Amino acid sequence: MKKHAVLDVAQLKTYFYLNNGQVAKAVDGVSLSISPGETVAIVGESGSGKSITALSIMKLINKPGRIVNGEIALNGKEMQALSEKQMTGIRGNDIAMIFQEPMTALNPVFTIGNQITEILRKHKKMNKKDAQAKAIHLLKTVGIPRAEEIIHEYPHQLSGGMRQRVMIAMAISCDPKLLIADEPTTALDVTIQAQILDLMLEMKEKFHMALLLITHDLGVVSEYADRVLVMYGGQIVEQAKTKELLRHTKHPYTQGLMQSLPKLDEDVDRLGTIKGMVPPAYNFPAGCRFSSRCPFVMDKCKVSNPELTEIDTDHFVRCHLYENAGDES
Amino acid sequence: MYKYIIRRVLVFIPMLFALTVIVFGLALLAPGDALTGQSLADPNVDPEVYEQQREALGLNDPIPVQYFRWISAAVQGDFGNSMVFNGRSVAELIEARFANTLYLGLFSLAITIIVAIPIGIYSARHPYSLLDYGATGFGFFGLSIPNFFFGLMAIYFLSIKLGWFPAQGTMSTPGLTGWEAFFNRLHHMFLPGITLGLAGTATYMRYMRSEVLDVLGSDYIRTARAKGMSERNVLYKHTLRNALIPIITLMGFEIGVLLSGAVITEQVFQYPGLGTLFLSSVTNRDYPVVMAIAMILGVLILIGNLLADIFYSIVDPRIRYD
Ligand SMILES: Nc1ncnc2c1ncn2[C@@H]1O[C@H](COP(=O)(O)OP(=O)(O)OP(=O)(O)O)[C@@H](O)[C@H]1O
Ligand SMILES: [Mg+2]
Repeated sequence: MKKHAVLDVAQLKTYFYLNNGQVAKAVDGVSLSISPGETVAIVGESGSGKSITALSIMKLINKPGRIVNGEIALNGKEMQALSEKQMTGIRGNDIAMIFQEPMTALNPVFTIGNQITEILRKHKKMNKKDAQAKAIHLLKTVGIPRAEEIIHEYPHQLSGGMRQRVMIAMAISCDPKLLIADEPTTALDVTIQAQILDLMLEMKEKFHMALLLITHDLGVVSEYADRVLVMYGGQIVEQAKTKELLRHTKHPYTQGLMQSLPKLDEDVDRLGTIKGMVPPAYNFPAGCRFSSRCPFVMDKCKVSNPELTEIDTDHFVRCHLYENAGDES
Repeated sequence: MYKYIIRRVLVFIPMLFALTVIVFGLALLAPGDALTGQSLADPNVDPEVYEQQREALGLNDPIPVQYFRWISAAVQGDFGNSMVFNGRSVAELIEARFANTLYLGLFSLAITIIVAIPIGIYSARHPYSLLDYGATGFGFFGLSIPNFFFGLMAIYFLSIKLGWFPAQGTMSTPGLTGWEAFFNRLHHMFLPGITLGLAGTATYMRYMRSEVLDVLGSDYIRTARAKGMSERNVLYKHTLRNALIPIITLMGFEIGVLLSGAVITEQVFQYPGLGTLFLSSVTNRDYPVVMAIAMILGVLILIGNLLADIFYSIVDPRIRYD
């Protein structure tokens, strides 16, 4: 299965070298693999390194950040050696990305049409007229009414939901193998959120894309993802098929996330929350990075960071509690 | 967009009117008038004669009447006659000098744009590089050194010591024509031009740097990169247009800054423009000339602001429809 993975990331480390000499280990040894057509979700609280993981895959890390280690392969082809120029041929073409803030993600001074056609002209070498026709077609595909008029309008004339649809239209315009969506609905109204997610799923099916969905909403995960990676402190702490992860949640952090979800079938007065704050990426606790907040913390946890271990088929956990679980069962 | 421009032009009209009232009012408030202003010191003339002259010149008419007489002549380009230059008409006196000042202003604006914008972009793309630090140093220098002092230094080193540029005037030989005349003029304008443009260049360099830095960090630039746009496209298409929006607005005001700066710079270089004429007219209490120049400068500043707003509405689609 790994052989044909759309995306294969191994031991990715992206660090930020701060002015005061500190190093923020935003992503610290993340490995992941996405099969064709698969939807993989990355969940985690704010600051856990989700966006930086995504941007590292796109090689869009700006100073003072740098990818210090890791191999990223797209359809089996290594991307490290690629020049910036070669990368521009891949971005938007083989991997497309959608961002959290539709209000600011589009350039305010160019028309919607201009911003869609430029990607077609760059990657598909279309002429102006064909690109224009294709742009209208794409806008219709993502459910935008009056597409012929919208291409002449500017981003500020559209609502947030419409803008996110435009972003999706741009993302699918060159038939990418992989779509990365970084919290695509966080900034939208609840009613619009489901529409956008459904649209993305529909596009994924239609264009046979794999989807890397970043979110901090386990509800979204349960509905849309095939597989889940839970991130904390720049590392993956738990990883499994969605059903498995939701049913047999192992890591105390994931359990904490689950408890903060409202459940329809249980009558609770107040949602559980994880105590404390995410430690800053330049100052993780020694040992397990979750140890400062973990309700089950042991002495061992404060000195050594556990390895990500497979405790069940395709179920990985980074926690001392399950260290011998593999042997016992 | 057209609606916006029309609205903006309509606002221009009352502002123009206010300007004429202010200029006229200032002239009224100034000590002396067309007669006494010139001959205050002449006690031999019978006050009776002054009175008759005043009556004849209409200086005893009610103020609104005087205003309308002045303004209706002024819109036809008739600003009366100078009281100093043997009564030559103000329009004639101003005409040649106006062109000189306009050339000087445009020249220094061109230098500002040509120098400040590329350096600003470079500084933003390579912050804390050697050239960026150099530009920052130059910026402080340009902003803190007084215009006239820089002008004098330029004359001393570049003109007197090295002899590269003429120190004064607009042309060496009068009868030059065509390209020869053009380059001779440019040569003469160089020192006053960079002197006048120095502060602006320093300012716009810094503005451009911070604008470009700002825009480069914005979400839509990340989107453009994620779409696979080349670095060149990201910079010259997506970044530049946005970064220039505030710069263009400021450029409109720059016209006023340049014109007022020209008064001193022209003096330093003995450049025969509106500035030198203005200073000498103020000293001589040549009110018709002072009023005419004040009017022209005021109108130019208003036009500059108008143009800035119009350009603004062209480059920034967000303000077209409000
Ligand atoms: N430009 C930067 N300079 C320094 N540190 C950075 C920078 N960008 C990110 N980081 C660090 O990387 C860590 C992870 O950031 P990231 O944006 O990936 O979080 P996230 O999981 O996407 O959170 P969110 O849910 O808020 O989007 C942050 O804690 C931050 O300390
Ligand atoms: Mg994020």
